[in-house]
Amino acid sequence: MKVMRCPVNGWRPIQEFSYGGAFRPMPQPGECSNRQWADYVFHRSGAAAVKKEWWCHLASGVWFIAERNTSTDEILETYLHGEDGHHE
Amino acid sequence: MAKTATMSERLGPQPGERIDREQPVGITFEGRQYRGFRGDTLSTALWASGVRVLGRSFKYHRPRGIFSLCGLDCNALAENRDSTNLRMDTTLIEPGLEARAVNTWGGVQSDLYRFTELFSRFLPVGFYYKAFHRPRGLFPFYERRMRRIAGLGNIHPNRPLQSTPKNYDFCDLLVVGSGPAGLSAAIAAAELGLKVLLVEEDRLPGGTLGFQLSGQPETGTLLEELLGKAAALPNLEIRTGTTAAGCYADRWVALFDSRRLTKLRARGLVVAAGCYDQPAVFRNNDLPGVMLASAAQRLIHQYAVRPFRQAVVLAANTDGYRAAVDLQRAGVEVALVSDLRPQGEASGWREEVAGLRIPIRRGTAVYEALAAPGKRAIRGALLCPLDEGGDPLPDRSESIPCDGIAMSVGWAPADGILRQAGARMGYHEALQQYVPDRLPAGIFAAGRVNGVYALGDRLEDGRRAGRQAAAYLGKAGSEAPAEPPRRGEAFSHPYPVVPHPRGKNFVDLDEDIQLDDIRHSLQEGFDSAELLKRYSTLGMGPSQGKHSNLNGSRILARLKGESLASTGLTTARPFTSPVPLSHLAGRIFSPQRRTPIHARHRQLGACFMVAGSWLRPEYYLVPGADRRATIQAEAEAVRGRVGVVDVGTLGKLEICGPDAVAFIERMYTGRFAKLKEGRSRYLLMCDESGMMVDDGVAARLAPDRFYVTTTSGASDGVAREMTRWALTWSLKVMVLNLTGAYGAMNLAGPRSLEILQPLTDIDLAPDAFPYLGVREGRVAGAPARVLRVGFVGEWGYEIHVPADAAVAVWDRILQAGRGAGIRPFGVEAQRLLRLEKGHLIMGQDSDGLSYPSEAGMDWAVKGDKPFFLGQRSLSILKTRPLKRRLVGFAFPETYGGPVPRECELVIHGNEIAGRVTSAAFSPTLKQVIGMAYVQPELSAPGTPVPIRTGGCRLVTAHVVELPFYDPGNLRQKERPA
Repeated sequence: MKVMRCPVNGWRPIQEFSYGGAFRPMPQPGECSNRQWADYVFHRSGAAAVKKEWWCHLASGVWFIAERNTSTDEILETYLHGEDGHHE
Repeated sequence: MAKTATMSERLGPQPGERIDREQPVGITFEGRQYRGFRGDTLSTALWASGVRVLGRSFKYHRPRGIFSLCGLDCNALAENRDSTNLRMDTTLIEPGLEARAVNTWGGVQSDLYRFTELFSRFLPVGFYYKAFHRPRGLFPFYERRMRRIAGLGNIHPNRPLQSTPKNYDFCDLLVVGSGPAGLSAAIAAAELGLKVLLVEEDRLPGGTLGFQLSGQPETGTLLEELLGKAAALPNLEIRTGTTAAGCYADRWVALFDSRRLTKLRARGLVVAAGCYDQPAVFRNNDLPGVMLASAAQRLIHQYAVRPFRQAVVLAANTDGYRAAVDLQRAGVEVALVSDLRPQGEASGWREEVAGLRIPIRRGTAVYEALAAPGKRAIRGALLCPLDEGGDPLPDRSESIPCDGIAMSVGWAPADGILRQAGARMGYHEALQQYVPDRLPAGIFAAGRVNGVYALGDRLEDGRRAGRQAAAYLGKAGSEAPAEPPRRGEAFSHPYPVVPHPRGKNFVDLDEDIQLDDIRHSLQEGFDSAELLKRYSTLGMGPSQGKHSNLNGSRILARLKGESLASTGLTTARPFTSPVPLSHLAGRIFSPQRRTPIHARHRQLGACFMVAGSWLRPEYYLVPGADRRATIQAEAEAVRGRVGVVDVGTLGKLEICGPDAVAFIERMYTGRFAKLKEGRSRYLLMCDESGMMVDDGVAARLAPDRFYVTTTSGASDGVAREMTRWALTWSLKVMVLNLTGAYGAMNLAGPRSLEILQPLTDIDLAPDAFPYLGVREGRVAGAPARVLRVGFVGEWGYEIHVPADAAVAVWDRILQAGRGAGIRPFGVEAQRLLRLEKGHLIMGQDSDGLSYPSEAGMDWAVKGDKPFFLGQRSLSILKTRPLKRRLVGFAFPETYGGPVPRECELVIHGNEIAGRVTSAAFSPTLKQVIGMAYVQPELSAPGTPVPIRTGGCRLVTAHVVELPFYDPGNLRQKERPA
């Protein structure tokens, strides 16, 4: 069982968290092409990499961003949305 | 009365013995009475009384005795009234214990199943995969037979249910193993201020200090000193009888003791678990009397039991020589030491042995243990010199009489926890042992598992690992060398395996795997460690290969002409040792939600159904009436008089803040900016791909405050997603999930107004409180939010009150409605009523690919807003032809067949043209109605739609306009003036 650091509540067991999908900026819906929009809505990369993900601490309802290496399942950093990570 | 056997093999008092000679304990084994002392295990008590056959082997039912005496004697399993598969080598005796060996036919002494061994030539490895396939019908017969013969203990199905508590624990550093390395690691780390937990599988601490190194001049009082130091450190806790059996992500370690599972979170981990003594492979190496030297030493030092009378010691390291000395001092006549190594022993222990006048044969192997009649003991050892290549020279063999062979030919690291933690093990050629090659951050190894053998080195290596762990955990001043003090001397022989033309040289005693079985597996192509394991079952027995995996790998490497480094090991998985299922079973942490009115439903005779995480009344049982009639009567009560349904499961959110309107406009498809205070509106939510995901009602309580309901299953998810979107869009809005804080009930039917009015201060007059209005006030004394809704198609009020007031309000409503014939109704009646109205249930009449145009919900979508979730996708979908449409269908009133079920198919021509989503017999319309997705060309009212229902019958319904009932909504809202 893993632990994860919630930027508000500190280290908590992973069962207290819910994965919210990859963090993806939405393209301007009025301006992008159908293809760009479909790419945003439907396509996700499964390739192993360091990824930015949404996570939610369920007990407190805190959403935050986690940077995770999906090949080692190592959580490198967690921070609130809008607060950049340390190595951006 | 039967005579109790005497303890003929009990030695005089030993310095570290674990028995209490003041407390004799009487036990019964296989119907005979024996005596031991408190502190004896089943194996040691019996061995002390001269019993040699403790169990029978798994496949051939060969007699087996003490082999490891450390919890790995998986052929000496016993059962009693309550438990089975008790490991006799570690199960302590208690007064009155009555045990017998598992899986014998007529007792362990003369088990009739032993005749399976006569057929062993016909039972090669994997025989059951090949032999019992045809005829297929006979397989169950074979299976029953085989399970009876080749099994372990019987399970007692009547054993009372046992629930064990789980414990959660935390520490800075977990140290596994309390030998010299583990103790010194724990002390070093605790002295630097860490909170340290030391776990020891054995019931007493000390590791090898308690048997192998017991009473040696070099150890002196070392163990007492170490334990004294440890006891003086308040931040160091030692737990004995506790196994670290699994290591999971982020150093979550599963600790088991006799009572329970402890889920431990450690910030750092030192593994000093030592090594497992490894057997040599020679003919009859399994018979009672052949044992690991460490087992013989445990018998002597821990239990004061003489292992044998006359012994041959088979050695390939210093430890074998130590054992020879121990045996001789304990009164065993050591006939000779047979050393596998041509160069023999280089340390001073060779002189010690020679000084006791024990002959030493270098470059000599035990070729065969000579079996006594019935194979119940051995009568000698056949020694055989080895040639330069290590092969035996049987012509020059020599027979030595003895009743015991003690083997010390090598060690396998107890690295299960290390490998589960992610350590990579590499084969160290000089040590002839696997040692940790690369350790993950926060994981450290010390002592023999780390390839460090000399006592002083083990203490130093422990200190090094403890300090390294402290440095890792941020303790200043805890520098330590990175490299362990390994020396070049090998304590393991590279190939302690002696072939014999007549076989019975066992590699795996748990599963009766012989040297030839491995050869045959390889010949059949199972030529990797993992394949060999699965095909031959090598290492798959109860001890999980702790005595067989290493020799198996050595044999595999030799047969393939590879090095051990390339052969590798099988994957280490939890648990490192078997764990009682009762320790693992436990409560399931998925709570079932109940509404605040649950107890009342029970009193009213509700039949409950599971709806998502909720338990809801499906209908209220009426004695003498069947389910269908009851549901219809409940629906008729609503249509004709009045009914009340608990809708407390609805998601209830409050959305407030300056950007509340902008936020709701973005989340939902409709338009809310102009929604007046005191009014409510239907809500539809789509996801970004335009698919319908949720619906509900938004009631505007104030310009910046909305009360929003969601479907029962979706409340948590919707509230969570809303919070995230609010963050993403940087809107000033707060989403409060009040689902559990409020109870809710829907009072519906033509007489609802007259019942509710006397209970509330809200003016219910239609012009004061119109359809889709929302009012705050008091109902039955409780602060309430009341919404005029029409989900079931009748005049009705949805009443939301604080959860703790819900029961009182429910009671008052039922009381007030008694004269009007009020009836509580359940989920089924509600579903039927809304079906008559053609109202969708999200998830029932929609699926993951339903979008508003398909479901006829375009009226709820305002595409000309600046933005809402799914807007862009819906605008793309608008340009594409519809593939299906949700329509209503009805059967003729004369139809008397089965009601179609969800997902039954609509057939057009010979093709699938759609599926049913809801269907029921409508008591109002007196016919079977339903909704279905159909191809657009079938969606015009009047089109016949054949539905395959009740197996393979095709019955034809006709498409009808929705809703089925009251298309003008005249019953739920005031008549137009």
